[in-house]
Amino acid sequence: MMADMQIRFGQYVWLIVGFLPMVALAEPPVARQQALRHLLAQDCGSCHGLTLQGGLGPALTRAALAGKSPEMLRAVILYGRPGTPMAPWQPFLNETEAAWLVQLLLEGKAL
Amino acid sequence: MSTECQQHHVAASLAGCMLLFMTGCATPRGTGDLGLVVERTDGRVQVVNTSQPRSLGTIAGLGDLSHASLVYSRDARYAYVFGRDGGLTKVDLLCRRIDKRVLQAGNAIGGAISQDGKLIAVSNYTPGGVKVFDAATLEPLADIPAVYGDGQHSKVVGLVDAPGNRFVFSLYDAGEIWIADLHDPKKPAVQKFVNIGKQPYDGTVTPDGRYYVAGLFGEDGLALLDLWQPEQGVRRVLQGYGRGEQPLPVYKMPHMDYWALSGDRAYVPAVGRYEVLVIDQRSWKETGRVAVVGQPVFVVARPDGRQVWVNFAPPHNDTLQVIDTLSGKIVQTLTPGKAVLHMEFTPRGEHVWISVRDDNRVDVYDTGIFAKIASLPAHNPSGIFFTPRAHRIGQ
Repeated sequence: MMADMQIRFGQYVWLIVGFLPMVALAEPPVARQQALRHLLAQDCGSCHGLTLQGGLGPALTRAALAGKSPEMLRAVILYGRPGTPMAPWQPFLNETEAAWLVQLLLEGKAL
Repeated sequence: MSTECQQHHVAASLAGCMLLFMTGCATPRGTGDLGLVVERTDGRVQVVNTSQPRSLGTIAGLGDLSHASLVYSRDARYAYVFGRDGGLTKVDLLCRRIDKRVLQAGNAIGGAISQDGKLIAVSNYTPGGVKVFDAATLEPLADIPAVYGDGQHSKVVGLVDAPGNRFVFSLYDAGEIWIADLHDPKKPAVQKFVNIGKQPYDGTVTPDGRYYVAGLFGEDGLALLDLWQPEQGVRRVLQGYGRGEQPLPVYKMPHMDYWALSGDRAYVPAVGRYEVLVIDQRSWKETGRVAVVGQPVFVVARPDGRQVWVNFAPPHNDTLQVIDTLSGKIVQTLTPGKAVLHMEFTPRGEHVWISVRDDNRVDVYDTGIFAKIASLPAHNPSGIFFTPRAHRIGQ
């Protein structure tokens, strides 16, 4: 229930932000960044590993993601990969947040 | 026991008895009411007492414990902890220390102990396969690469033990089930079953050791293998339980930890549906389904089978629901806290221990009145494992 409310609140906030001009590498607020890092380690980690070395899902280390396009990775996070267990995380994240996570991953700064 | 006590006596005179008293080694004690709680981000386990209930201490240095699971030695003194970094650690519950540790592969997912207690099998994602070790020394004995098709390696899931010193497991990428007979530990005899279904994500064995059941992610259904009559092959059950509807997104894979049995009925998580499926285990036909609040992850029966407890994937992972198996209805919905990851019953089921990862607690509930009776601090707790598992087939 609480999680649901948080999601709705998050969407609401980003609906407003959505009207602002898009900044290329916009950063989520600091408190939200912590929540996103936690989500990455714990919830993404349940398939990709706490240290992102991979599991049922592929590794998300800097080396493993080298050469992959940020746009593609963001789309995978938001919309999932049909035919695989990778689910669309859109209810939990908006575009800016997904882009920020992708940037962390590509720079190897996720952990 | 006398040998152990003598050893302790000698050790005590050498190393100083205070240390041994402090670690709990010096006093003879059974382990039947002990267990381990995995603190996943710290690479640590807590040793807990389920009679009190309280924490007795910790054992650290176990590596990456995301998705860690463990099995118990036959004497229930030791646990074999399978870490995601490929670490296989044998820990001593009584002395609360690491007995032995090896790094056996790059990426482990689970393991099993053989019927005779002498072999430990570990399933790996990378490189996909099963490795078998001597339970006493952790010396490697056999390697079974999960090679299929044109030489690809498959991730291995759902590894369990089965009577006859066999191990059974599923190949996620290949869609196969393999039985490895470890009668001669250095020469495993492998029997392969192909085309068992798309993307088996986990597997388990019924408590009598007869049926191996793999849950499928890539299609609606379960793969069933009768280990008493493996020559009959794998058959699909509960086929098309999704009735052709678009599956809902799954934000955490369901698990088939221990076959949830109540009388003749078994309870399994649906994939992509907010339902628990009920199977008649004589006919292997669906007899009903129970609507629940979210995507089920663990569906576990109280040891007497009177209740089935269910936890859920995000965003419903703050909730637990309890199915009354007599009425087939939800009789209780609890919200223990943020990220309820696992449940484990005390040996005869009067209590259930629940890990609440993001609230850093393990809560203990009375299963008769659904009231919280204790809460123990734990850092990001995940799996909870009590020693009665030592004597169950498939655990």
